[in-house]
Amino acid sequence: MFELVQGWLQRPNYFAFVLLFLWGIYIMVTRYNLVKKLIGMYLMQTSVIFFFVTVSYKEHATVPILIDPTEVIRPEIYANPLPHVLTLTAIVVGVATLGVSLALADAIYKKYGSLDEEDILKKLE
Amino acid sequence: MTYAINIALLLLLIVTAASATFLVKELMSSVFILGSYSFFLALVWAWLGAVDVAFVEAVIGAGLATVLFLVTLFDTAPKDSRLRRPPPPLAGVLGLPLLGVLLLFAANDLPSLGDPSSPPNVHISPYYLQQSYADTLTPNVVTSVLMDYRGFDTLIETVVIFTAGIACALLLKETKS
Repeated sequence: MFELVQGWLQRPNYFAFVLLFLWGIYIMVTRYNLVKKLIGMYLMQTSVIFFFVTVSYKEHATVPILIDPTEVIRPEIYANPLPHVLTLTAIVVGVATLGVSLALADAIYKKYGSLDEEDILKKLE
Repeated sequence: MTYAINIALLLLLIVTAASATFLVKELMSSVFILGSYSFFLALVWAWLGAVDVAFVEAVIGAGLATVLFLVTLFDTAPKDSRLRRPPPPLAGVLGLPLLGVLLLFAANDLPSLGDPSSPPNVHISPYYLQQSYADTLTPNVVTSVLMDYRGFDTLIETVVIFTAGIACALLLKETKS
């Protein structure tokens, strides 16, 4: 048990990731307002991206831009660039899908006059 | 020691902002708090050495996503109309803590924060750091991977964004009735 807690203290990024991820799912499950559900979805997306970026971090390392390319490059003084590239794509695509879902919420409001899930279900019957 | 305090403070900022987004009743304020959450994330990433990701998050995440949320709220109802909430479902009360315990139980198998010899940091990324300048003549390794090694992937990504734009335009089109 002590080792487990010590492990979390060495990985505060993972602890924060689990909290944010579960909060995101919790909002999506329990809130009835569609915009709040989308906020939960956004939190979930960013928590996964957050986890990937913190994995790329090296202590005492700098940004992955080569200081002097003509010298022999020591990889341990630069942060790992590959997760950065992956998450750049993920952020942009995530916001694009968020835009589509917000447009869907807008179309639903125009048709049913409410963003509340229960009201919409009542009007569908 | 200052390092530990720094990261604890920043993580606390992120978690507080994230929880505030769903504790406030006004949707407008919750969207603004979400924007501040994105800015805190950008801060953390700049501090962890991911400057490109920090720029993108500040512009796209904090800027564009907030604007999209606000435009939607101006068009629709800016308030959460529900005053009293029904009790949350069983899946939310029991299932999610169980999932959290399972996830935290796996924590000790992951590399600790900032470990330079962790598997993701030693497996293939040293090749890109050492060879990218010889291959692409770009000192910024993130740019060289995004635009050169993975150029086709980035090209198709713009197709995804274009498709999303078309979908938005079709959904928001005024229908003749």
